[in-house]
Amino acid sequence: MEMNNEKKLIEVKDLKVSFFTPVGEVKAVGGISYEMGYSEVMGIVGESGSGKSVEAYTIIGLLASPGKVVGGEILFEGKNLLEYDKKQMEDFRGREVSMIFQNPMTCLNPVYTIGNQLMEALLCHDKSIGREEAKKRAIEMLTLVGINNPDKRIKQYPHELSGGMRQRVMIAMGLICHPKLLIADEPTTALDVTIQAQILELMKDIQKKTQMSIIFITHNLGVVAEICDKVSVMYAGKIVEQGNVNDIFYNPSHPYTKGLLRSMPRVDEKIYERLIPIEGSPVDMLNPPEGCGFGARCEHCMKICLRKQPPTVELGNGHRAACWLLATKEKEGN
Amino acid sequence: MAGGDKSNNPVLLQVENLKKYFPIQGGKGNAKWVQAVESVNCFIRKGETFGLVGESGCGKTTLGRTILRLHEPTSGKIIYDGEVIYDGANGKNQPKMLPYRRKMQIIFQDPSASLDPRMTVGEIVGEALDIHNMCKTKEERTNRINELLETVGLNAEQSNRYPHEFSGGQQQRIGIARALAVNPEFIVCDEPISALDVSIQSQIVNMLEDMQEELGLTYLFIAHDISVVRHISDRIGVMYLGNMVELGASRELYDNPLHPYTKTLLSAVPIPDPEVSKTRQRIVLEGDIPSPINPPSGCRFHTRCPYATERCKQEVPEWREIEPDHFAACHIL
Repeated sequence: MEMNNEKKLIEVKDLKVSFFTPVGEVKAVGGISYEMGYSEVMGIVGESGSGKSVEAYTIIGLLASPGKVVGGEILFEGKNLLEYDKKQMEDFRGREVSMIFQNPMTCLNPVYTIGNQLMEALLCHDKSIGREEAKKRAIEMLTLVGINNPDKRIKQYPHELSGGMRQRVMIAMGLICHPKLLIADEPTTALDVTIQAQILELMKDIQKKTQMSIIFITHNLGVVAEICDKVSVMYAGKIVEQGNVNDIFYNPSHPYTKGLLRSMPRVDEKIYERLIPIEGSPVDMLNPPEGCGFGARCEHCMKICLRKQPPTVELGNGHRAACWLLATKEKEGN
Repeated sequence: MAGGDKSNNPVLLQVENLKKYFPIQGGKGNAKWVQAVESVNCFIRKGETFGLVGESGCGKTTLGRTILRLHEPTSGKIIYDGEVIYDGANGKNQPKMLPYRRKMQIIFQDPSASLDPRMTVGEIVGEALDIHNMCKTKEERTNRINELLETVGLNAEQSNRYPHEFSGGQQQRIGIARALAVNPEFIVCDEPISALDVSIQSQIVNMLEDMQEELGLTYLFIAHDISVVRHISDRIGVMYLGNMVELGASRELYDNPLHPYTKTLLSAVPIPDPEVSKTRQRIVLEGDIPSPINPPSGCRFHTRCPYATERCKQEVPEWREIEPDHFAACHIL
């Protein structure tokens, strides 16, 4: 997968998203920044409640009440998406960026045929296309995602397909307008491992063919290692570490990333070794700590970690981590 | 797989030709059946962890529950610690399970769904003690509940709280305390960690291992995450569409898988290591799992098997010991 570093496809700058609930403000995304080039695959890893899905929903303009963007900007090819009005956003969504969701069972409409739903996406965005042409494109798309007998399948309803098939249809729907960016929110989590392997192979293959960029949201580090070029690790609404996939896996710098990698058993482990868990429970987002979100669970926690947010430290080659440990090391180095 | 070699331990649980069919549609005469578990043979040794893996719908949970007779088996035989707890030949005349419930317990998959939201933690854990009349005085009961909560890493003061006040990981700890209340020997762990966050999973895995060591427990560990099963298990059984297709020691199964399905399954597991996952060979299966209502004839895997022959379509492969303590059912072996 080639990387084009000069032109940026998407730039997120200090994005903040909050949910205003009856019991108080939940800062689901607390100021995150990253950038992505063309034809890149970036993984966003994090636990449930870390803000990884909220961030993606904000890009595509699907953030629902009581969620609100409270700061920052999202630049897509230089234009700030947060300034788009409803009409512009409708036009943008699906054509430039599209999304596939975790559960293909609930995301397809049960009362319309597969073909109908595929064609709808096309007809919405391009008024010049006739129904015949749209149908032809829908069949082409189903062939691309590896569905046999596509001309028969487009007449079927979602319940007539298996889980893996439905996820393929979702992918076909996401790709039918040739978007520049595909956001995949846990696309394989609901699937079995052998089906997951099929879908991952398919996504890698399509990415190579179409050269689109993918944001791949998951909690499975194994999947990340397989498909991503870059990784952002999120914890408690913040990106704690980001970098190339090799930097993250072979040279992790943030204690949370290190802990995560250490705590997972590997199917190819040679000898039995006791797991080293991350102690404690995930942070309560209603009452987040003043300092580092991971502080309470961190084995290296210092006094300053509990009082002040850690700065993001550059480690070279796009590898960054937000941790006081690295900040103090840097100071000592100087 | 902590605590050394257990291959000489005596057999605690023996399952022979166990079947479980669920009826769907229609009454007598035109009933159709979901063949959830089909002729499974296996045994579990005392003190070991027996892992059960397979994809959704392969019958691993049904097998676990049928062994405990939470589902009444359709036919077959279950022997626990030398005593027959189910024999299909005896029809409706089966032994009472209550005395065995003290010895055989279960931890459920979804902790938020398996704990009664209207009972306090103390009541949930204490209910099992009451059913089996295990505590004579109220004080003894309270002490026992507090002791159990502390065993699983919770505070005694938390016994007056309700399940919704706890996080997912803590709820699963309550589920474990409930299972431990009656001092069982054998616990079916039905996907105990799959509903939990990655960073919490390893806490629970370590706790289960520690308890096994301290209390001498035997586990049947059911999960779809093969990395975790391989980590915790002494021996592993692989299921496909109601059949057990292979069974062997954890390391042996990974280093030397015999059945084509096991090979596929192992190669499909993502490895959190970019270099390894770029270089390794992966077998990608075509198609989806067939329906257990109309399972394929002969070997149930033949519709997706890359090595399937004419014989596989007609003959059901025999369950045999291919190598010492390594069983499989496949014609090509």
